[in-house]
Amino acid sequence: MKKFFPLLVLALAVAFIGNTLRPPRNPAAIDVNGFGRLPVLVNGRIKPFDTVARSSLLQLQGRQSVSTPEKRKLQPIEWLLDVFFRPELADTYQHFEIVHPDVLAIFSLKAQDGQGEKRFSLSQLQPRIAELQRQAKLADQVEAAVRTSFQRAVMQLYGNLVHYQRLRHALVAPDRPDFLGDLLKLQDNVKAGVDAVRARQAGQPHDEAAAKAMTEMGERFVVMSESTTFLVVPPAADDPDLTAWKSAGAALLDTFRTGTVNPAALAYAGFAHAWREGQPGQFNQLVELFRADLTKRFAAPLEKCNAETRFNAAQPFYSSMTLYALAFFLALISWLVWPDALGRAAFWLVAVAWVVATAGIATRMWLEGRPPVTNLYSSALFIGWGSVGLCLVLESIYRNAIGSVAAGAVGFATLLIAHHLSLSGDTLEMMRAVLDSNFWLATHVVVVTAGYSATYLAGFLAIIYIVRGVFTRSLDRTTADALTRMVYGIVCFATLFSFVGTILGGIWADQSWGRFWGWDPKENGALIIVIWNAIILHARWGGMIKSRGLMNLAIGGNIVTSWSWFGTNMLGVGLHSYGFTDAAFVALIAFVASQLALIAVGNLPLRTWRSFRPA
Amino acid sequence: MNDRVRQVRSFFVSMKLSVVLLVLGLVLVFAATIDQVNLGIWAVQEKYFRSFFVLWPVGRMAVPVYPGGYLIGGLLLLNLVAAHLYRFSLSWRKAGIQLTHAGLILLLLGELFTGLLQDDFSMRLTRDEPRNYSESYRANELAIVDTTDAKFDDVVAVPENILSDLRAVQHPKLPFRVVPKEYYPNSAIGSRPADPQAATPPRATQGIGLNVELTPLPITYKQDERNVPGALVELLTGDGSLGTWLVSADPRMPPQRFEHAGRSYTIGMRFARAYKPFSLTLLKFSHDRYSGTEIPKNFSSSIRLTTPDGRDDREVLIYMNNPLRYSGLTFYQASFEPGNDKVTILQVVRNPSWLVPYIACSVMTLGLLWQFGIHLFGFIAKRRNAVRA
Repeated sequence: MKKFFPLLVLALAVAFIGNTLRPPRNPAAIDVNGFGRLPVLVNGRIKPFDTVARSSLLQLQGRQSVSTPEKRKLQPIEWLLDVFFRPELADTYQHFEIVHPDVLAIFSLKAQDGQGEKRFSLSQLQPRIAELQRQAKLADQVEAAVRTSFQRAVMQLYGNLVHYQRLRHALVAPDRPDFLGDLLKLQDNVKAGVDAVRARQAGQPHDEAAAKAMTEMGERFVVMSESTTFLVVPPAADDPDLTAWKSAGAALLDTFRTGTVNPAALAYAGFAHAWREGQPGQFNQLVELFRADLTKRFAAPLEKCNAETRFNAAQPFYSSMTLYALAFFLALISWLVWPDALGRAAFWLVAVAWVVATAGIATRMWLEGRPPVTNLYSSALFIGWGSVGLCLVLESIYRNAIGSVAAGAVGFATLLIAHHLSLSGDTLEMMRAVLDSNFWLATHVVVVTAGYSATYLAGFLAIIYIVRGVFTRSLDRTTADALTRMVYGIVCFATLFSFVGTILGGIWADQSWGRFWGWDPKENGALIIVIWNAIILHARWGGMIKSRGLMNLAIGGNIVTSWSWFGTNMLGVGLHSYGFTDAAFVALIAFVASQLALIAVGNLPLRTWRSFRPA
Repeated sequence: MNDRVRQVRSFFVSMKLSVVLLVLGLVLVFAATIDQVNLGIWAVQEKYFRSFFVLWPVGRMAVPVYPGGYLIGGLLLLNLVAAHLYRFSLSWRKAGIQLTHAGLILLLLGELFTGLLQDDFSMRLTRDEPRNYSESYRANELAIVDTTDAKFDDVVAVPENILSDLRAVQHPKLPFRVVPKEYYPNSAIGSRPADPQAATPPRATQGIGLNVELTPLPITYKQDERNVPGALVELLTGDGSLGTWLVSADPRMPPQRFEHAGRSYTIGMRFARAYKPFSLTLLKFSHDRYSGTEIPKNFSSSIRLTTPDGRDDREVLIYMNNPLRYSGLTFYQASFEPGNDKVTILQVVRNPSWLVPYIACSVMTLGLLWQFGIHLFGFIAKRRNAVRA
C-alpha cells in the first residue's frame, strides 16, 4: 500500500485535472456555450461573452456561482443571457453584494434580506435607487484618496449598478419584450418612416403615426447606445478597420441612414426571441450562422475566444489551488508518519499543480500576446509559480518534504491573493501606452518578480524552521542544517534576481525617460528588497548572525517584499485612502503583524524550544 | 601604528559598519517613501537623499534627526573603499565580491553626480511654432526684456530666490533698479472687483495690476500641481519710481509693456527658461485609444529639429519608450493636453552621468553571477560527493 500510495495520488490528481478539461456541457438543448464563445469588444479587447459573464459576476458579487430565487443554479453564461434577454427575471436575481451596514440602511434592508446575508437583487434596491444616486454624487465630489469607507462602498455599488445597466442595454432594448418584432417592423417601414419624419420637420403633410413610431424607435436606440460600453456589432464587411466595432444601439441608429437593419443587431434580437420563447432550434441555428459570418474576417480572434472559454471553464488556477492545499497537508503529515510515501505523494501533487499553473499562465500569455506579468493579478500568479518552481528543485535535492510544505503554502496563498485581485473585473487588460513594451515587460518585470518569489520562499522556509523548532521536536540537526543551507541559497538567488531586476527597471526608465532612478515608491520598494537581502548576506558573512538570525531576517524579507508588492501601490493612491478600513490594507497590516510575531517567537531563548533539547 | 589609529581603521573596514549603514539606508528609503505622500517626490529627494542630515523643525530651529543620503552614502563609500584596500588580494574566489563592490562604488558615485548635475525641464510645443527653450518644472524667474530692437530681445532674468528675499537688484544692462516689494511662493490671480468702493486700492500702480489682484495660496507639494509665485515689483531710477507692477508666473498673464528713456521694455514673471542652440517644431501629435475605452494606446510626436547654422534639419518621431537624445539632452513624450491635438508636452532631461549606472550595473551583475555561481557549483559538487559516499 505504502509503495503504491504516491502513484495512486498522482493518478487521482491527473484524473481530477483531466476532468476539469472536458468541454463544458449545455444544461439543456439550447447551446448556451456556443453563445458564450461569440466575441465582443470590451475595454479594448475582443473576448468571449463567457468571460464577460464570469468577470461581471466576480465584480458584482465576488464569486461566479449564481442562482435564481427558486434556487436553481445557473451557469455564468445562462445568467448573462437572462440579464441580456429576460431582464425582468434577472432583476430578481440576488447578485449585488452589499456588506456595508450604512449602505444597506440606504435601502432600509437588513443583512437577513439578502442571499447569504449579503447579496441583493435589483428589485430589492429599486425603490431607493434615487437616494443611492444622490449619495454617489456626493461621494464623487470627494477626492478618491480621502473617501470614507461608506463613500467607497457607495461608489462601488453605484459602479456595479452602472455595469449591470450596461449589460442590460448591450444587445436589445430591455423594456421591449418583442424587440425582434420591433426591428422587423422597422425594416419594413424604415423608408416611409424616415420620409414622414423629414416631411414633419419640413412642415409638410406627413403620416403622423409613422413619424411618431420612427422617433420613438430612434430614441430607444439612443438610450441603448448611450447606456452601454459593450461593442457587440463587428465592423461592416467593407470596413478595413477591424477594431471599429459598435454598440448594438449605435449600429441600429445607422438603420435610418442606410435603410437596412444591421444584420448582427437583428441576430441579437433573434437570440432574445429564441431565448425568451425557449426555442433551441432557432437559437442554435443563429449561433452557427453568426459564427460562420464572423469566421471570414475574425478567424484568429474566434479561435482565441474558443480557447478562452475552455480556459474559463477549466479554471486551472482553482484546480491548482486545491492541489497545493492537499499537498501542504500531505507533506505536513509526512513529518509524523509515512515520511517516504506521503512525502513523495505531496511532491507529485505539487508537481501536477505546478504544471497546471504553468499551462494556465502560458494560456494567458498566448491570449494576451504578452509576457507573463502585466498587472498585479498576473504578478501574484507568477510569484507563486516562481516560488513553487524553486521548491520543486529544493525538494528533488533534499527529499525531506520541506520544499512541498513551502510549495503548498506559498502556492495556495499566492493563488488566493490572485483570486481576490480578480474581483475588480477582467484580468486580461490592455496595456497602457507607458507600459507597452514587451521587451521590458519580459525582462525587468519577470526578473524582479522572480526576486519577489525567492524572497518569499526564503521567508516561508524560515517560518518552517522556527515553527518546527519551537513547537515540535521534529527539527533535528540534519534538518536544521539543510534548512539553513536552503534559506541561504535562496537568499543568494533572491539578491541576484531582485538586484538585476531593479537595475533593469532603471535601464528601462533611462531608455524611456532619460533618467535612471527617480526615487518613486515602486522603485524604492524594489531597492529596499535588495538592501534587505544584502543585509542578510553581510550579517551572515560577517558572523553577526547564525542559523537562527538568518531565519529571523529571512522572515523579515516577507514583510519587506509585501511592502514593495502591495504597500507601495496603496501609497500611490494616497496613504490616507486606504485608511484603516480597507480590506487590502488590513490584510497587509495583519500579515506584517503575523511575521513580526514569528520573528519574536524565533527570538525565544533556545532552551524554550522543543527541538534541540538534550534528551 | 598606535592603538587609536588601529581602532579607527578597524572601524572603517568592519563589516558591522556596512550592515549598520545598510540598515540606516533602508530606514531612510522607507521613511522617504512614506513622506512622499506629504511632500511630493521632489521635496523628498532634497530632504532625505540630497542632504547630509534629515532635518526636523522644532519650533523655529531645524534639528538634524537622522543621517541623510549623502552621509550614509558617503560613509558606505568610505567603508567599501577602506575594506577593499585593506583586505585586497588577487584571487578568483574573491573576484566576484570585488567586482560587485567596485560596481557599487561606481553606482554610488553615479547617483551623487546625477544628484548634482541632473536637470529636468518641460517643453510645450504647439503645432508649427518653433521653440528654442524649455521651461523648469519648479523654478521661476522675473524677466525684464528690452524689446526696442525688433531683431532681437535683450533679456535680464532675475531668479526667484532674489525675489523671495526681497533683495533689490541693479543690473548693468538696466537703467533702473529692480526692487521686489512683496513675494508669494504660490498664488492665484483674479480680476479685481468692479466696484471701487468695496475694494482696497490696488497695490500696483502700473500695468495689469490695476485690474488684477493676487491671492496668496499655501505651497503645494502635489506632484501634478505647481506653485505659481506672484510678486509686486517696483522699478526705481535715481530720479524716483517708475511705478509698481504686479507680476505672476501664471501663464495666462502676459508680459507687461512699458517705455523708459526712449526704450521699450516688458516685465513679467515666467517659468525659468533654459535656451537651446537648436529649435524644435511640432509637426503632428497623435494619440490613439483602445476602441471603446479611454485607455491610451500610444502617443507620438512628429517633430522637426533645426539648428540656426543649418547643420541639422531633420524630422524625428518621439513616442513612448523611444525618446530623442540630442546634444546631451533626452526628450521624451511626457504628456499632452486632453482634447487639444495641436499641443504636445515633452520632458527634457540633462544627465551627463547617464552612462555610469550602465557600467556599474554590468560590473555588479557579473560580480554577483560569479560569486553565487561559485557557491552553487561548490554546493553541487559537495552534494555529489555526499551522495557517492
